[in-house]
Amino acid sequence: MTTSRVIGLVAGREFNTRVRSKSFLVSTVVILAVLAAYALLFTFIAKETTVKVGLTGQATAMSAPLSAAADKLGKKVQISTVDNQDDGVAQVRAGKLDVLVQGPLGAPTAVVKSTLDPELQVALEGLVRAQAIQGVLAQAGLPPTALNAAQSATVKVSELEPPDPEQGQRIALSLITGIVLVFSIMAFGTAVAQGVVEEKSSRVVEILLSTIRPWQLLLGKVLGIGVVGLIQVVIIAVVGLTVANSTGVFSLPTVALGTILGALGWYVLGFFLYAALLAAAGSLVSRQEELQSAITPVSLLPTIAFVVGVNLLIPNPTNTISTVLSMIPLFTPTLMPSRIALGVAPVWQIALSVALMVAAIALVTWLAGRIYRNAVLQTGARVRLLDALRS
Amino acid sequence: MAEGVLEIDRISKRYGTVRALHEMTFDVRAGELFGFVGSNGAGKTTTMRIALGVLAADSGEVRFDGKPVDLATRRRIGYMPEERGLYPKMKVREQLVYLAQLHGMSAADARRATDAWVDRLGLTGRRDDEVQKLSLGNQQRVQLAAALVHDPVALVLDEPFSGLDPVAVDVMSEVLREQSARGVPVMFSSHQLDLVERLCDRVGIVRSGQLVANGGVAELRESGPLRLVVDAPDAGEDWAAGLTGVRVVAVDGSRTTVELGEDGDDQQVLAAALKTGPVREFTRLRPTLTELYRNVVSEQGAS
Repeated sequence: MTTSRVIGLVAGREFNTRVRSKSFLVSTVVILAVLAAYALLFTFIAKETTVKVGLTGQATAMSAPLSAAADKLGKKVQISTVDNQDDGVAQVRAGKLDVLVQGPLGAPTAVVKSTLDPELQVALEGLVRAQAIQGVLAQAGLPPTALNAAQSATVKVSELEPPDPEQGQRIALSLITGIVLVFSIMAFGTAVAQGVVEEKSSRVVEILLSTIRPWQLLLGKVLGIGVVGLIQVVIIAVVGLTVANSTGVFSLPTVALGTILGALGWYVLGFFLYAALLAAAGSLVSRQEELQSAITPVSLLPTIAFVVGVNLLIPNPTNTISTVLSMIPLFTPTLMPSRIALGVAPVWQIALSVALMVAAIALVTWLAGRIYRNAVLQTGARVRLLDALRS
Repeated sequence: MAEGVLEIDRISKRYGTVRALHEMTFDVRAGELFGFVGSNGAGKTTTMRIALGVLAADSGEVRFDGKPVDLATRRRIGYMPEERGLYPKMKVREQLVYLAQLHGMSAADARRATDAWVDRLGLTGRRDDEVQKLSLGNQQRVQLAAALVHDPVALVLDEPFSGLDPVAVDVMSEVLREQSARGVPVMFSSHQLDLVERLCDRVGIVRSGQLVANGGVAELRESGPLRLVVDAPDAGEDWAAGLTGVRVVAVDGSRTTVELGEDGDDQQVLAAALKTGPVREFTRLRPTLTELYRNVVSEQGAS
């Protein structure tokens, strides 16, 4: 019997068992739901920047100039008139208004719940100053337009690195990609470890290994489960892209498509690396209850890398720590895709990280195969890592 | 010459400082039922695991058909491990088809063989149930089917009878007899010595990693010193005391059990007994396998 048939049989069993399982369906639905919620949250946050201003008493005269000043600052304001001060304060307290402006035009009071939006403050202060200047000009007998030229003096801004108007979308894309990758790699990597322990605890491994070689069993298992994971990632990607396109949440179809296709590649690399590690860790224990403690050291790595990396990436996409971390094979699959989505990963870094990943997979698979072979038939007490490596 | 023979040739295995097997040697011939007995920890399971390549021997060789056993050969052996093992969440039929395919059968053959064994072992009604939902007895039947489904050329079964109800013991015995009748060498370990005695052509007794007795059941019972039971009511107690090469083992009323040494002669014993009067019984005492086993296993430090 050929090796490929053996591996195909093992992989086929794993595939059929997993793809028909309830957990596959449930986890796919849950991820899609989480992503949908995430996308909704994002659009919600984007709309929440309009400031609601209430004017009362004399301040109602500010309506037109305030609206013009806010426009100039690029701030969206929604101005309304409030009948009396008490009513306005109550509305601020209730969150229906963000600001209530009251009092004389020369020295108005802005009532806010806790803090005043800084841009709005600038706009209000500009109006108050203009009012004061008008007063001075009137006293000096000069026309109100005397200082117009001075009033409209501005600073010209020259941008050396113009901000990317799509930065927000890129960040969202990189976060989503990273989250899906971390989740998929861990979920299916853990499934491999659980499969190893299931065979160990049910002792079926002894029958299997009297027929096939340990590495064939391990490889078949990794391939079978890996394909199930890939299918899930593809489902998420297809649904995600379709939804994004049809709702217009994303205006970056090519970047999104590139990132998602790339994510599939990163998933494959990351999954192989972590599946091998997790399988080796799983082979050290004989019962599912012991599994968690055996795989925790491994399973924390991609999450930590993602959390640390992303927290550094969002404020400063080109920071050195994220760059270095993304080149380390254990962290690459969750960090590099985020950097690529942000558009801050040069091609040479991507190529180098792929090469390092492939080398790491070769090394880790060899090590894991050795640990697995030595530990998988030792039931009972937990096998010490060094013992498994030695014999 | 070695066609269809499973040979275990001078296999040794150490676990750290513990000597698990020391030059274990025996063979199971084609069509033979070989019973493997010995106390717990004597090395039966280790021997079988090495034969199936699940464990590596420090030295020695396992051969089948005169050739060292490799993975391709092992694939054609039927194995039932001591620790029963099946996927608990896999359905009976699916699982057997999978295992048959892993042993080299085509998908169609695997399905055919599975259905035949499932039917034969009375599991037809449960074939689409998960193994974990079956009773222990039925799980054992599935386990037996797993060892047989790929039409093995040799069978190695570790404690196949443990935990079986009497009906299942009969089914198992019948299947094993049938397999050996097909010319398959069948080797199994058991603590149920009466069963081994009834079923096996040959028996091997293991102690501390070595085979200390090996032969046909009748042959083994003939081996060892000859014992006679003589019932001579008028003989008194000391009638046999002076005979050369004769040792009195037990006296129970008028019945005396004697053991003959190398120079002892049973006819002399009979003559001596007859001299005292009538002899009601004169029997050669054949030890049961259980007695043999006790003798062999309790000979601490011997040989």
